[in-house]
Amino acid sequence: MESFFDWVHDNHAIIYIVILSIFLGIEVIGRVPSVLHTPLMSGANAIHGVVIIGAIIVMGRVDPDNYIALIIGFLAVILGTLNVVGGFMVTDRMLEMFKKKK
Amino acid sequence: MGLSLLSFIYLVGSVTFILGLKMLSHPDTARKGNLVAAAGMTLAIIGTIFLYEENGERLHNHLWIFGGLLIGSITGWIAAKKVKMTAMPEMVSLFNGMGGACAALISINEYGHLVGRDAAQGTLLTILLGLIIGSVSFAGSIIAWGKLNGRIKDFAFKGQQIGNIILLLLTLAAAAYLLFNLNNDNYWLFYIIFVAALVYGVMFVLPIGGADMPVVISLLNSFTGVAAACGGFLYNNQVMLTGGILVGAAGTLLTMLMCKAMNRSLTNVLIGSFGGSSAAAAGTKGEQGSYKEISLSDAAVCMSYANKVMIVPGYGLAVAQAQHVCHELEKLLEEKGVEVKYAIHPVAGRMPGHMNVLLAEADVSYDKLLEMEQANDEFKTSDVVLVLGANDVVNPAAKSDPASPIYGMPILEVEQAKTVIVNKRSMKPGYAGIENALFFQPKTSMLFGDAKAALQKLVAEIKNA
Repeated sequence: MESFFDWVHDNHAIIYIVILSIFLGIEVIGRVPSVLHTPLMSGANAIHGVVIIGAIIVMGRVDPDNYIALIIGFLAVILGTLNVVGGFMVTDRMLEMFKKKK
Repeated sequence: MGLSLLSFIYLVGSVTFILGLKMLSHPDTARKGNLVAAAGMTLAIIGTIFLYEENGERLHNHLWIFGGLLIGSITGWIAAKKVKMTAMPEMVSLFNGMGGACAALISINEYGHLVGRDAAQGTLLTILLGLIIGSVSFAGSIIAWGKLNGRIKDFAFKGQQIGNIILLLLTLAAAAYLLFNLNNDNYWLFYIIFVAALVYGVMFVLPIGGADMPVVISLLNSFTGVAAACGGFLYNNQVMLTGGILVGAAGTLLTMLMCKAMNRSLTNVLIGSFGGSSAAAAGTKGEQGSYKEISLSDAAVCMSYANKVMIVPGYGLAVAQAQHVCHELEKLLEEKGVEVKYAIHPVAGRMPGHMNVLLAEADVSYDKLLEMEQANDEFKTSDVVLVLGANDVVNPAAKSDPASPIYGMPILEVEQAKTVIVNKRSMKPGYAGIENALFFQPKTSMLFGDAKAALQKLVAEIKNA
């Protein structure tokens, strides 16, 4: 039990971020009209592309002689970038259609 | 200086994600919101490449990093530019899968560093979670993508649900075992878990019907968010953490909102797939009677002398890419003094908002699109309702037949209008696989054919009339 409290104490900042972000995430899109469900999903899809930052960090720390790790990291960077770039562009294309005429 | 600047950049990035999501949920600000989030993301990526340091050491392998970014950007850019509006849903699913795969690969690489060293359990836990969630999201998204573009058919066998649950439990048990007993003799278990999670992702999505794919994609989307957040834990990286958790939470809520628009619960979508219940519903058909066809010229006359025509678009319109000729028909009728409006069911097509996107592409004015409740008020005063490739969303069984698998789903009550013309390719049932009593009502007549071809002929007829 004590180790659990210690863990909470050591990581309290992160735990706060997680809990507040959960509520924020729910609150922030709470009243979205159904018309925007698809673009919103697509936009959120692009945002979780932040995982690319993890891929960059992995890649940047790999020992240049470790080819397997290099290739896996390289793949991760490519896939993460696809998620980010593709995600934002597809969302933009969808939303472009929504602009009001006249 | 470098690291403090980076922290500041991450702070800005997190705020843009929150603002972006907020703006994305309002029609007026949505497009700007997307750009705001994209700008924050770019800043965070550039900041990480040049400013990140660990134990005083900057990142190296810049050539590899920029190479990967370049390849990913170009491919993503081309894919996003070239994709047709009808194929948007599967594109989103594919990109989501890429994010999941990225999270899983990060875990694999980090695990490689870990073996043979004394690892903190917290680190190992986040690596394992990132691996499992990322892999499920990747495999599931690829299956969802294949289902939406028709490459993969629905596939279910007896006991699949139970098999899936057992597979999931075994995977989690193996992960828990590894978490407490990692040593040089069992490190390979990690790769078994990886494969098991991939298989689970496939089996999880396979039995779910194609019509429910949007809900599944939205759910997998929030999974990937959580996988990204695991990376945030791993590197103590705030922007990954906020971005991932925000999407995880917002995505879960969005999934529930989508279910609500179809009046179904999430468990119903995930476990009670349509395949099982349609067999039961099949027993009730047979006494439907006959339907009547309408000729193009009759349909043309019928519509040009109406006071008010409501158009109900569905997936058939999207497949046939008939939105432009549909807009042409609308203009033509308006020139003749007919009032034309569109009735949009929230889940018409393969995604919520699908029809709005399509019609907007064809320059149909925003205020002509009526949402379900408004439309249901206006059907009473409409002379003609033209149903274009929609089926389940106008099926009266949703209101009247408790045995029907779509019972309880709110529908467009088109039968309240004076005349209903239904354009379909054939009498085959729609996605839910059930008969539609609407087609056999006396006031309904059928206009068979591909939506685009039929509309083109209809436009020509009206011009001549």
